[in-house]
Amino acid sequence: MREKAIWALGLLGAVVMIYNLHTVFLNLPDEAMQGAIYRIIFIHVPAAISAQVFFTVSLVASILFLVKKNHAFDAVAVSCIEVGTMLVLVNLVTGSIWGKSQWGIWWAWDLRMTSQLMCFLLYLGYLVVRPAIAEPTQRATMSAFIAIFAYADIPLVDLAIRLPNVRTQHPGAVLETGQMAPMFIPPFLVGILAVLLISTALVLVRLHQETSQREIDSLRRELHAL
Amino acid sequence: MDVTNLTFLFYGYSAAWIVITAFVLLLVSRGRRIDRELSRLKALVDDKQKA
Repeated sequence: MREKAIWALGLLGAVVMIYNLHTVFLNLPDEAMQGAIYRIIFIHVPAAISAQVFFTVSLVASILFLVKKNHAFDAVAVSCIEVGTMLVLVNLVTGSIWGKSQWGIWWAWDLRMTSQLMCFLLYLGYLVVRPAIAEPTQRATMSAFIAIFAYADIPLVDLAIRLPNVRTQHPGAVLETGQMAPMFIPPFLVGILAVLLISTALVLVRLHQETSQREIDSLRRELHAL
Repeated sequence: MDVTNLTFLFYGYSAAWIVITAFVLLLVSRGRRIDRELSRLKALVDDKQKA
């Protein structure tokens, strides 16, 4: 039942994604200033937004783990962080390619891009450090502290394009400032929905693996006691 | 239509799908390894309990 629900969610996400890509590539006109390359926004921004959603869930799960000491919260946190980190990588890579096309450079060390790179490195650090601690409760406690510490970077990523005195190479928040043409908004929102659906299915698969891993740990202990 | 622009668009979407596909393959391979280990340990525990 659970596996079927995950498959259904992933399939729904794939259908929405294919429908949206069809709209983006075949129905939408080129943008006046950028030409065809602007279409990268329909994967670049949804990846970043979805990652932030999962990092927020991981923050809540990490705090709940520290309060309740329930390992299910730790499993939710690590699953969300793994998928979120992958999405930040998608965001960074697509952004870099977009930057090369529009600015002539692959990377600029401005506040937005640097804080997003920091976000990727902080959560990558979480994933690298985690397996190094063998004892499950100690591992989960340390991971929860790292997840809470890493989340401090997320407001910086958001504020980087909104602070009045900060100049960045990266453009501002196009949706909030009305810089996006109305015809581009529906596929933009559908793109966010598609990435969220697919990545939620991936989080659920990862969560199932984490539960199985806990079962393996308990069987090993049982075997050791026999 | 600007061909350079289209080339970068192709690179962008290809890179995104490569990262996502690599992650999915990693999940699948890890899932198989976990399932194998789980079956092996369950069989071992059963054997020990019978013995």
